[in-house]
Amino acid sequence: MLQNSTKDVTPPTDSDPARLPGTPAAAAPAIVRLTGAVASLGGRPVLRGVDLSVRPGEVVALLGANGSGKSTTVKSVIGAVPLERGGLELFGTPYAKFRQWHRIGYVPQRTTAAGGVPATVREVVSTGRLPQHRLLPFRRKDREAVDRALDAVGMLDRARDGVADLSGGQQQRVLIARALVGSPDLLIMDEPMAGVDAASQQVLADTLRSEVARGAAVLLVLHELGPLEPLIDRVVLLRDGCVAHDGPPVPNTGLHALPGHDHVHPHADDHHLTSTGLTGTGLTTTPRRPA
Amino acid sequence: MTEMLSYDFMQRALLAAVLVGVTAPAVGIYLVQRRQALLGDGMGHVAMTGVGLGFIFQTSPVWMAVLVCVLGAVVMELVRSRGNQRGDIALAMLFYGGMACGKLLVSLSAEAGSGSLESYLWGSILTVAPADLVTIAVLGAVVIAVTVGLRRQLFAICQDEEFARVTGLPVRLLNLLLAVMAAVTVTVAMRVVGLLLVSALMVVPVVAAQQLTRSFAATQAAAIALGVVVSLAGVTGSYQADVPSGPAIVLLAIVVFALFSAISGPLARRRHRAPADRGPEVCDVRLPGQGAADANACAQSGPTSGAGLAQ
Repeated sequence: MLQNSTKDVTPPTDSDPARLPGTPAAAAPAIVRLTGAVASLGGRPVLRGVDLSVRPGEVVALLGANGSGKSTTVKSVIGAVPLERGGLELFGTPYAKFRQWHRIGYVPQRTTAAGGVPATVREVVSTGRLPQHRLLPFRRKDREAVDRALDAVGMLDRARDGVADLSGGQQQRVLIARALVGSPDLLIMDEPMAGVDAASQQVLADTLRSEVARGAAVLLVLHELGPLEPLIDRVVLLRDGCVAHDGPPVPNTGLHALPGHDHVHPHADDHHLTSTGLTGTGLTTTPRRPA
Repeated sequence: MTEMLSYDFMQRALLAAVLVGVTAPAVGIYLVQRRQALLGDGMGHVAMTGVGLGFIFQTSPVWMAVLVCVLGAVVMELVRSRGNQRGDIALAMLFYGGMACGKLLVSLSAEAGSGSLESYLWGSILTVAPADLVTIAVLGAVVIAVTVGLRRQLFAICQDEEFARVTGLPVRLLNLLLAVMAAVTVTVAMRVVGLLLVSALMVVPVVAAQQLTRSFAATQAAAIALGVVVSLAGVTGSYQADVPSGPAIVLLAIVVFALFSAISGPLARRRHRAPADRGPEVCDVRLPGQGAADANACAQSGPTSGAGLAQ
């Protein structure tokens, strides 16, 4: 666990007063409001009173070391992890009464989109359309929505292929298309960049940008800001199940400079094995330190 | 052939075979998709207790088996959905307990030693009574209506339960429904292939079909077709060669699986050759030296830029 030796950045402080003055949505009511969330997994407390809000059109990144409770926070937002204490409101409705699931697109943390039986890309993405057609047959407008979502992630030409035949990054794109297919107002993504190749990272950043332009809010779990940094309005940093920082991202620092970051990257000689080539994403990120 | 069809018992046997050939793979595909291929096996064990109760109370063993099996399926689903680590132990208790209890009850009943338990363990399709056929037809129709009618919903919960929950599907209800359908199928197929081989008819046609298919819909259709073909062929063969129908059907299905697996490799290669220049199918990360473009990308990126893959 090396500490980042970068000297030219200033770590943000927890008392950072800046709270998105420039964001037009700042005054709007939150579409996700998690208050004092306490949750545990298998008896081990994972969340110890997390407050998290996402306003319409806002892009919020949830950062933190492994085991800090990022994924659990997101899972409690979608109701997959029950809260022991605390409150959850989605689109202004208490969780117990919330039914408008079609407004949420969810991308779970997955290494594969394949199950025990073959399924095509189109079949997997079509499940994202279930909130719209429910028990009715799958109609043309549903099919068109699937086509649009597949086109957005550049996978339309693979629609008839089996998901098991795709690479990890391509499978991740399929899962993102599945979340986009219902044109959600809130997109929730759990580590979308994990195990994703450079081309797919580019597609992901572009897709995210156009979703934000459309007006969708995004709640992202990230290991580090990386190439998505220019898109992010606010960073919530978790440490041991508590919010350690909540404020705008500090340019060109990423998670490395934030308190509590476990620096787990392989470095030095083996970097060529793990590098996905940020330069290939075409995003304007300033190098964090001279190469 | 016509002589065989002129017997009432053969007509009933073939009809029962068709019904089971459709229902077992129609449900089994969801279990295979969720990687619970052996769940049907466990339910077969649990159903034995139902058969035993039927013997004790002198009622229809089929309906008793349906009842006990549905109860067992609900318990199994609740254990599974809890996701706790002792889940497999709880299931083991249920399976072994069901089998032991079944044998014990049969031995206590008036029919002990008459060998009629054998017909439930291995199936005795040639002794399917008209009343049995009605039961099989009614239950089979329900199972087919649910598993084909709710294909998209059941596919969603078996493919990715967590995602299905966020689409607002009643995941728990659908899971219970699927478990109950599997239980009903086990008891429907019990007369045809027997409790010990029931799971084979739910699993083998599915895994045989998926050697050649790429989509879920095609796999389901092919598995059902295959289920019907092997069931009919198995019953016919068992009549001609005077062997039990259950083992004949299951062995036929396994032969088909072996054949399909043998030709799946060449077929897949041909399929992948057709749309050429797609680039790498699986490996996105290439080592330097394999291509000039990659070497460049690595040279340009700084040591801290291992985003994404670096976890």
